[in-house]
Amino acid sequence: MSVAIIRFPGTNCEYDTKYAFDQIGAKSTIVNYDEKILPHKTKVVVLPGGFSYGDYLRSGALAKMSAIMSTIKTFASNGGYVLGICNGFQILTEVGLLPGALKRNDNLHFISKFQYIKTINNNNKFLNRYKKDEVINIPVAHHDGAYYIDQNSLQKMKQNEQILFKYCTKDGNPMVLNGSIEQIAGVCNKDKNIFGLMPHPERAMEMILGSDDGKKMIEALADV
Amino acid sequence: MKAVVKIWLKNGVLDSQGKATYHTIRTMGYSDIVKDIKIDKLINIELNDIDKKTAIVKVDKMCQDMLVNTVIEDYSIDIV
Repeated sequence: MSVAIIRFPGTNCEYDTKYAFDQIGAKSTIVNYDEKILPHKTKVVVLPGGFSYGDYLRSGALAKMSAIMSTIKTFASNGGYVLGICNGFQILTEVGLLPGALKRNDNLHFISKFQYIKTINNNNKFLNRYKKDEVINIPVAHHDGAYYIDQNSLQKMKQNEQILFKYCTKDGNPMVLNGSIEQIAGVCNKDKNIFGLMPHPERAMEMILGSDDGKKMIEALADV
Repeated sequence: MKAVVKIWLKNGVLDSQGKATYHTIRTMGYSDIVKDIKIDKLINIELNDIDKKTAIVKVDKMCQDMLVNTVIEDYSIDIV
């Protein structure tokens, strides 16, 4: 089992992500955007956070045309597991592997802080170690994090349990953070093998840094 | 020749930059004349001299493939 962590020009969370997998003893490799193949026996692809291509045009818009993205599309269509964190989530929506789009935060602020999120659906490989409605504390750091999707598609996603995380208060009540429709923080595709979220689980791996609530997500991925 | 691609947020998608600019403009003493502000994008693409129809087809493909996110944006193309 091996994890491929994709690095684009402007990615800045690849080493944090690698550290997270190192912490739980999973093998991971950083793969550059201009590669055409994934390492042998890759089971999971992670698109980490950052500012790929300087967020020019739209966040994630230029990264989606990179050579490695065609390979990742094939990998995903064959059932491979893909996780997109923050800018990785933006790239996954831009390339069409996840529905919807991420737009500028409603208040125009870059929001960087610890944030409570609620587990809405855990019937998938990514979140099966969390309880339904479990509230966890994970950092966010984004400018373009307001999730948008049309109402028809949103209803279909709800029926298919594709809404995985929502922003909330410590007590689990809904909280408006950035203008996301229905406070959505993370979604998956219909087949539940592609997951994108704005919060950074790789930054919540140790209590000494404020929270280890992201650990179960990383562990679940290492186990697929 | 040149293709001018204009991109704007779809109806119903909040233009947060336009809204913030609108509120600031109002505080500058223009509240009596300014009704709303929207911020769009304009992309100028210099083209070799090719047939206009071909230019529109190819630029439209560029828009669909990358320049525009059709989930949240609409666009127009002018060849000038």
